[in-house]
Parts: sequence; structure tokens; C-alpha cells
Amino acid sequence: MASRPLTLYEKIWAAHVVERRDDGTCLIYIDRHLVHEVTSPQAFEGLRAAGRRVRRPELTLAVPDHNLPTTPRVDATGRLLPIADPESAQQLDALRRNTAEFGIDYIDATAAEQGIVHVVGPELGFTLPGTTLVCGDSHTSAHGALGALAFGIGTSEVEHVLATQTLLLQPSRTMEIRVDGTLGYGVSPKDVILAIIGRIGAAGGTGYVVEYTGEVLRAMSIEGRLTVANMSIEGGARAGLVAPDQTTIDYVRGRPMAPTGEAWAKAEAWWRTLPSDPGAVYDRSVLLHASDIAPSLTWGTSPEDVVPITGHVPDPDSFADPAKRAAARKSLDYMGLTPGTAMQDVGVQHVFIGSCTNSRIEDLRAAAAVANGRKVADGVRAMVVPGSGLVKRQAEAEGLDRVFTGAGFEWREPGCSMCLAMNPDKVPPGERCASTSNRNFVGRQGPGARTHLVSPAMAAAAAVTGRLADVRELMGDR
Amino acid sequence: MNPVTIVSGTAYPWGAKNIDTDVIIPAHWLKTISRTGLGRGAFETVRAAPGNIFDDPRYAGAPILIAGDNFGCGSSREHAAWALVDMGVRAVIAPSFSDIFSGNAFKNGIIPVVLPQEAIDRLVDAAADAPVTVDLETMTVTTGYQDRFPFTLDPFRRRCLMEGLDEIGLTLAQDTAISKFEGELAEHRPWIEERRGYEGIAVQSAGRT
Repeated sequence: MASRPLTLYEKIWAAHVVERRDDGTCLIYIDRHLVHEVTSPQAFEGLRAAGRRVRRPELTLAVPDHNLPTTPRVDATGRLLPIADPESAQQLDALRRNTAEFGIDYIDATAAEQGIVHVVGPELGFTLPGTTLVCGDSHTSAHGALGALAFGIGTSEVEHVLATQTLLLQPSRTMEIRVDGTLGYGVSPKDVILAIIGRIGAAGGTGYVVEYTGEVLRAMSIEGRLTVANMSIEGGARAGLVAPDQTTIDYVRGRPMAPTGEAWAKAEAWWRTLPSDPGAVYDRSVLLHASDIAPSLTWGTSPEDVVPITGHVPDPDSFADPAKRAAARKSLDYMGLTPGTAMQDVGVQHVFIGSCTNSRIEDLRAAAAVANGRKVADGVRAMVVPGSGLVKRQAEAEGLDRVFTGAGFEWREPGCSMCLAMNPDKVPPGERCASTSNRNFVGRQGPGARTHLVSPAMAAAAAVTGRLADVRELMGDR
Repeated sequence: MNPVTIVSGTAYPWGAKNIDTDVIIPAHWLKTISRTGLGRGAFETVRAAPGNIFDDPRYAGAPILIAGDNFGCGSSREHAAWALVDMGVRAVIAPSFSDIFSGNAFKNGIIPVVLPQEAIDRLVDAAADAPVTVDLETMTVTTGYQDRFPFTLDPFRRRCLMEGLDEIGLTLAQDTAISKFEGELAEHRPWIEERRGYEGIAVQSAGRT
């Protein structure tokens, strides 16, 4: 019997079905589970209350990131500095105690390997192609860059995975998002995913698992693919995949937690069978051309509010959908913007380079290339927050920290930082931030904070000009 | 989880689109290690504005929330569902929900009811001065004005809601199937279970990004 051509998603799904029910719901085995301090305490408490154990502690890895201040963690003598906020300290302590009690690998806040959970997983080789990987965090979609079926879960599901190493799931519909052509000068992976979300909308991917295909994705580094897959959730898709290829295999090989020897050979052979078969059918297909993608940014309070840097603040009346018109009016009021204003005429007071979307070494290199030899504009506070201790170390080895500090940027310790206003790094009310993070929601970077999502190079351009600037103009004079 | 069959009473006639979980519960409330008490932080930024719907005495304590497209988008924080439960909301009616929020809602006894935009528009009008009922037995939303909108739910999730089932307990009962799968895993994809522990790599990995 000739078998039907399968998509990457269908192949990974099929390899993880423990049990299929009559209604199509499947009990799916989970290969990898990442845990951080914010969405896990209630799950461990639930296990304790029910007298349950962790089924496979060795398949879980825990690291603190959301709450941690990004100021130094130890003093000059190596002594641990206390965390000022008692609630944060308690939550961080709970992660340490819970992982010790249940026998789970834990990376401490002071370790070189500590970082944002979605930077740490791929970097250590914990994330592998063809795995199912979950975490109590919506940006878990990032790991799909390596061809892992990776998605965010709630705390009840965290508890379910800890207790059973499985999840009960309905198969998703599939969407191919193909980006053909070659990216233009100054156009980064962040601009690609912003353009995609601008096209499909913030709910466009709801109910779907996306597979990113096409020449642009094939030519992209793993770090670039991580940026793209990371923001799948901002387009509504719980997971976003990129088929494993030679780039993937070269990236994973030799990572500390990746397989070695015979296991590696077996794994690599299987990973090479995973790409979607020719003729595989997706439930929906979207095509973008690289030539249509410019350095981009958001103007409003939804990640779908995307405009090229050469564009203008839109007029709410230009939207056909009445609900969108109303939402745009509220957004512009919150953002303090007037329709018709050129985006490049909008001044910023803050620049944040970091987050699980854009805090890897290539991101820091791109930002440093723009910052090099320039100064942060007067009235702008700019900070760079490496995604992990290992990224920080690498950047320092390359001298990027000196480029940043020399230009007037702050150089911080790894963590989620100003992405989500739950640690001391916040944007004050009414002030504006060019941010390499993933969400421009109302209050996301602090109550009343105004966020424009941009690429690392665009963020650096905003820092040195004091406004939302077209990075190509700064690259051009070099 | 307490079983739920009928949710009936006043409804917040909101209808707003793309309500993200940062709006439902801002991040600074996420430092708790408990599931309770989050109602105080629910919709904090919305409630900062005078005349907001959540502080309107007409809807005080309403068990139903009517919202627009893509409700619960953004962060996976289950705190959003806990905050809704804590403020007394037991059903949310919207044209669509984010996948993660809708899963979290079910697990906390909140019914996420999907109805078309026209029904939402009508309910926003009707709920201004009439009670709304969500009934899992008849699978309908009705109003004091004789409106009647049928909806569908995944049968398993419907049963979990109506019987207040413990999903983890149900899965643990499948232990034989999970163990069998793990036995095959060791053979087919041995690298999954053979990963190196953190202790063994902590020094070795230094310097690699």
C-alpha cells in the first residue's frame, strides 16, 4: 500500500502517540520538559497534595529566568546578593526546593549556563529535532526552529507532564508559511516574522501548527529560525516548525546534552527522514516574497500591527473591520501616536535588546555592528541583556560588551528582563521603548509603557538616533 | 475541580477583541506560588479607567464574560484562568479563543463557549439588562429575551467539566500503555532517555554558545 505523503508535523505526532481515542484525541508522549520559576510552583504543590511523583525526572530541566533581576548576582567576593523583592525571592527559592525534592536537573541563577529557558534549551542540546518539547511558557514555540514539536502549556499541564510524561491532545490543523527569495539589505529574521504576523493576524494561526518553509528559511541560521519560530504564538499558532536540515544537524552536533557515538548516528539518520514528504498537504498555505519584506516594526498594541520603517502611523478609519477600527483607535490613544505620522519621526526614551526572541550571539553581533563607534542619544536609556551566561561569555570574548558599554548601553546579567515587567527592569508609564522582545501588549513592559517591536539592529539604530530609525541608513554610511 | 453544568446570571457585555493574558492578569501578579487570590489583579489595567465595565455595579460578580475574537491570546499563564475563577467568572463567550487559554480554562472549570460574531453582538446588547445562561446539558446559550444559541464542545472536555474529573488521575490509569511506549522508546529513539545530566556538562559547556 502506497503511503500518503506526510508533513513534518504528522511524522513527529505519529512517533509520539501512546494511545489514540475514538474521537481522535491522542495521549502524546513528551520527550523534553523545560521548567522555570513562574509557572511551576502550583504544579509541584499539586503533585505534593495528591501524593504523586515525577514519572521521568531526567526528561525535565529547570532554570530560573522570569523573576531574576539582571543586576549582578554575586558580589566581588563571590557572595550571593539577596533579591530585594521578597515575592520573587520566594518564587525562585521554591524552584530550587521543588527541583531538589523531585530530583530534577536545576541550573542555578549563578551558573554560567543560566539563561532564558528558550535560549538554554537549544544551546545545551537539551532541545533535539523530532522531539516533543513543552514548557509552561508560550514562547516554547521557539524550539520548533530545530524541528521539535514544541509548545507552551499551562500549569495544570505542567503538572500533568511531571506526573505522566504525556499530554492529552487533539491533532492540530497544519499551515505552511513559505517565504521565497532572498532577504534584502538590512532585513533580519525578526522582520520576517513581523511581516508574517502582519499578514496572517494575531489569531491567524489559532488551531494550527505552522511549518515555515522556503528559500529564506533554508538559508537562515538556527538562531534566525529560533527568532521566527519563537513568535509563532504571536500569530496564534501554538507551535511553529522548521524542518531539520544540514544546518540543524551541524548546530546540534557536539552540544553538551546532545547524543554522541552510536546514539548520534541513529538520531541523525532518523532526523533526516523527518522533513515533509513531496506532495504533503497542508490545511492552509501562505506565501510571502522576501522582496516584499522591509525592516519592520509595530505601531500598536497587538503584534499584528506591523508597518515597514518607511511607513506611517495608520488611520484607524482605513481598516475595513469595525472591531479593528475601534481597537486601532484605542491602540493609538495608548501609544500616544497620531495617524499619518512617519514612523521615523517617533522618538524613543528606552531601548531593550534581549528576550527569548532576540538575545543570542548573532542578535548581539547585529546590534553591536550598528552601535560600534556611535553613542546612545541623549535622553535614551538603552540596555543589552544576553539570553544566557554562555551568550554573555561569548559576547565578552568577542569584545561586544565593550562596544556596547563604550556607546553608553548597559550590559546586564541574563534573564527575561524588560520583556515582561515582572522583574525590576520596566519601562515607566507613558515612555516609549524600541524593544527586540515579542509582545507590544498594553502594559507588557510596565503599566502605561509604549512598546515598538523591532530587530536587534533596528533597536541599536533607535538607541543611537533617539528615534525609530531605518537601520539601512546607518549601515549605508559605513 | 467542581463539576459544572449550568452557569447563569449577569454577564459582562464587553465584546473586546484580542484580549491578551497580560490584560487579564499583569505579570507582576505572577510572583505568587498559590492559585488563589488573583481576582484582585484581574483586568487591573482596564479597571484603572473610570467607568470601566468590571466596576459597573450592574455587573458586579457576574459569572459570565462576553468577549471578542482571540480571547486569552499571548502568554500561557494559567494565572489568567485562576484570576477569572477568583473573580467569579465561570464561562467566557467569544468568537474564538487562544489554544492555550482555552485548555487552561477547561482545567479550571471555566466553560469557553465559541459563538459566531453575530451571536456575540446580540449577546452584548441583551446582556446589558438581561441574564444569560450557559447550559452544558442542552449545549445552548440563552438570554432573558428568548435568544437561543447552540454551541459545541469537545465531548471529552465536556464530560470533564460536567463530572469534575481529575485528568491526571485518568491518565495515570493508562500506566500500562505509557510503560509500553517507554519500552519501545528505549529501542527506537534511545537518545531521548540517554541524555546527559546537567552535573556532567556544567564545566565542559563553558564558553560555547
